Amino acid sequence: MNPSLAVTATTAAPGLLTADGLTGVVFLIMVATTITGGIIACCARRLVRAVAGLVVCFIGMAALYYFLNSPFVAMMQMLIYVGAVCITIAFAIMLAAPEEKVKHGPSSPLSGPLGLITAGIVAFGMVVMALRTTFTKAPKVNGGSVKEIGIQLLTQYSMVFELVSIVLLIAIIGALVIGRAGRSK
Amino acid sequence: MQTISILSLHNSLQTYLVLAALLFGMGIYGLVTRRTLIGMLIAAELLLAAASLNFMAFNRFTAPDPTVGQIFTLFIMAIAAAEAAIGLSIVIAVYRNYKSIDTEDLVELKG
Repeated sequence: MNPSLAVTATTAAPGLLTADGLTGVVFLIMVATTITGGIIACCARRLVRAVAGLVVCFIGMAALYYFLNSPFVAMMQMLIYVGAVCITIAFAIMLAAPEEKVKHGPSSPLSGPLGLITAGIVAFGMVVMALRTTFTKAPKVNGGSVKEIGIQLLTQYSMVFELVSIVLLIAIIGALVIGRAGRSK
Repeated sequence: MQTISILSLHNSLQTYLVLAALLFGMGIYGLVTRRTLIGMLIAAELLLAAASLNFMAFNRFTAPDPTVGQIFTLFIMAIAAAEAAIGLSIVIAVYRNYKSIDTEDLVELKG
């Protein structure tokens, strides 16, 4: 690890019962939550359990966003991902009732190991790249508070903001059109 | 080389990057091995979440303007919501026509 990136450059390790130590414990719990949720989401046989794992993973990630000084994004993560996306996926599972077919078995006996190898290579490459690179740190020009996010959204990024709104509107209309087509009544 | 205690890991950029890499690997594994469309969509959400985590980590530790990464992550969330809405309505339409969302049953265009 590159110590120059440690923000509070602590020379001594924080004790377990100090405020810093307890923060570290909570952080480790949330990292474990995120990883556990991710593993459930990608490996569970039944899709309902996979969605539940996704919810757990996103809750852990919201906590990580809180650790990254962004309570607003953490709140949006809970609202949008946990509250909207996961619930929508759960609705689709209930509507489509996709029982994973166990009678056919896996599509190919190689698909599991090959997927594991592919994912392992990609993740290993990214980990090595993250640990070997020295990232230079730029001085902050503002605090990144909610107020500053709002100012940036309505000045510098107002065009992108409007475009995303249009994309969402078209997505809603498109979802309605596709979902309705072919209905008998 | 200074050793960083395991309790102060939340103050290091590399922790978040490694975690995002693990999530990305899980997403790719799910995308490759899942056999239903909804399962693949769940894996794609994991990939997007990993990308968001990277953005937020760099935003916190290296970026000069700490609002940019947060705004980018918010846009990623909006795009992910749009993607989920469209993808799931396609899944419902496919299910209505084929009575299945298993990718191995959708082979009508297979030569």
